[in-house]
Amino acid sequence: MKKTKNEFLYFAFRNNKLRIGVSIVLFFLVLAIIGPFFTENEPLDFVHRGAPVRPFTSREYLLGTTVFGQDVYSQLVYGLRATFIVGAVGGGLATLIGVIVGFTAGYRGGEADEALNMLTNIVLVIPTLAVLLIISAYLEVRGILLESVFIGCAAWPWAARAIRAQTFSLRSRDSVDLAKLSGKSSAKIIFTEIAPNMMSYLLLVFILQFGGATLNAATLDFIGVGPTEGISLGLMMNHAVSHSALLLDFWWWFIPPGLAITAIVGALYVTNVGLDEVFNPKLREM
Amino acid sequence: MLTFFIAVTIDWLIPRFMPGDPVQSMLGRVRVAHPESVEAMRGFFTNAFGLDVPVWQQYLNFWAALFRGDLGISVYRFPQRVTEILLTAVPYDVALLVPAILLSWWAGNKFGAYAARRRLLDNTLLPLGYTLTATPYMWLAILLAWGLGIKLDLFPIAGAYAYDMAPHWSLRFIGSVLHHWFLTFASLFLVGFGGWAIGMRNTIIYELEADYSHYLEALGAPQKLVRKYAFRNALLPQLSGLALQLGVIVAGALVTEVVFSYPGIGYQLLAAIQNQDYFLIQGCFLFIIMGVLMANFIIDIVFVIVDPRTRRGMTGETA
Repeated sequence: MKKTKNEFLYFAFRNNKLRIGVSIVLFFLVLAIIGPFFTENEPLDFVHRGAPVRPFTSREYLLGTTVFGQDVYSQLVYGLRATFIVGAVGGGLATLIGVIVGFTAGYRGGEADEALNMLTNIVLVIPTLAVLLIISAYLEVRGILLESVFIGCAAWPWAARAIRAQTFSLRSRDSVDLAKLSGKSSAKIIFTEIAPNMMSYLLLVFILQFGGATLNAATLDFIGVGPTEGISLGLMMNHAVSHSALLLDFWWWFIPPGLAITAIVGALYVTNVGLDEVFNPKLREM
Repeated sequence: MLTFFIAVTIDWLIPRFMPGDPVQSMLGRVRVAHPESVEAMRGFFTNAFGLDVPVWQQYLNFWAALFRGDLGISVYRFPQRVTEILLTAVPYDVALLVPAILLSWWAGNKFGAYAARRRLLDNTLLPLGYTLTATPYMWLAILLAWGLGIKLDLFPIAGAYAYDMAPHWSLRFIGSVLHHWFLTFASLFLVGFGGWAIGMRNTIIYELEADYSHYLEALGAPQKLVRKYAFRNALLPQLSGLALQLGVIVAGALVTEVVFSYPGIGYQLLAAIQNQDYFLIQGCFLFIIMGVLMANFIIDIVFVIVDPRTRRGMTGETA
């Protein structure tokens, strides 16, 4: 066991996609964690009076200010925090539900499988964002955690399907049959035979769900049905567009938030492929 | 079918839980001073919206009206019927989504398959594709609107046709429509393209590593033939991927329409939510669901046509 772990680590460090992806995500994560300590401006306060500041011209407002004199840097770093929270909670929840549903369906099979499959297909077909939109519009006070929970509850079917398929293929392996023949309990089989083989796959699913949750949150926030308090990257773009930053040529207002989302989600996808190559030797570059 | 039933029920339920009362908001809108006339109008609106009967009957009425194609009356554009508003919006959505989905799927697949295992192209495709597919729809739309629309002044950035025109059949009008359509289409196309190209690239690599490909190679089949077989096999997961992505694409179209003030369903839905317009929200949701279900159905049929295995499966285990 130990030897194989070392082997994975060896390939992980040598894999360029993984290195690039992980560094970009870590860079933004660090920025989200320590960034807010470098500014005393609250993201939504109108801290600057007088003409708006262009980026990189002032120390106090590194990325410039909005039309109203809000600090763009402060909005960006606080918005990044929100992005990571939504990604972790929403993506995590979606993966968790996906595991429970997909695993039960795949392992039990039969009627349980059929019922769960039907449920999955129904949630899958209904455009989740339209539902989220309506639910969010219905709640007057919304927090970021609530938004994450909604996103997680809407995004799980895809994960459930993938995990179900994976469970099916693992269940029919010889080692599992052997364990069953030797009279091991289901719980023991699941934890000793199936779970270890599943972990790498779960990690991949979680990474994709994290990215998806981030994008979904940005969309909701952009439409203006995101959290009612605080700032997020989607909300920054919403403010920029609704106060005609495009016409005023305030590019530093709407480029950073979108760029941050794109970089994070893109880096996550690349990390995903990198990890896939590490776990699956067939895909390694020759 | 069951999905449709559940979707319609959700559709009926959700607006009823929404805060705010459409009748009250209508009354606020007309601003009548007399208390007596307020009462009279309350009665009128409650009746007009069909809210004067018990809840279970409202539900049955909803279904009955649905089959007559009647989705009620809009609150914020009062005397107009929801169906009417939506029917004017739908052509814009169809004109936007159908070409964007089909073209990005086709072009993405072709390009992804071509780039796979070709070092130089693959190294450019991967970063480009991942960036595109990771881009939030609205951000790409904002960038295009800002860069091509405002900076270079090549394209208009709002509306579906020039403000000084009324819809009619003339070359000038059609030109204007196309001109306004292009950027909206382009932002949907680009995000989709990136995703499909990456998806195809990753699937075809699996296929090229599959035993049948190696066997073909060992038999001395030309590279081109092996790739052709691999491409066909890789298309199947991409096709089911398309079914899974539909919801996401529709959501993307929604925000893109908002950025470009493009008068499709997404734009109407936003206006409806901002105005707490029960019935228009219901209508938009219903149209979106129907569109997605219909597209899913079409994909299922295409699947049966292109993959003989599903045909056998369908006759074998329908029970």
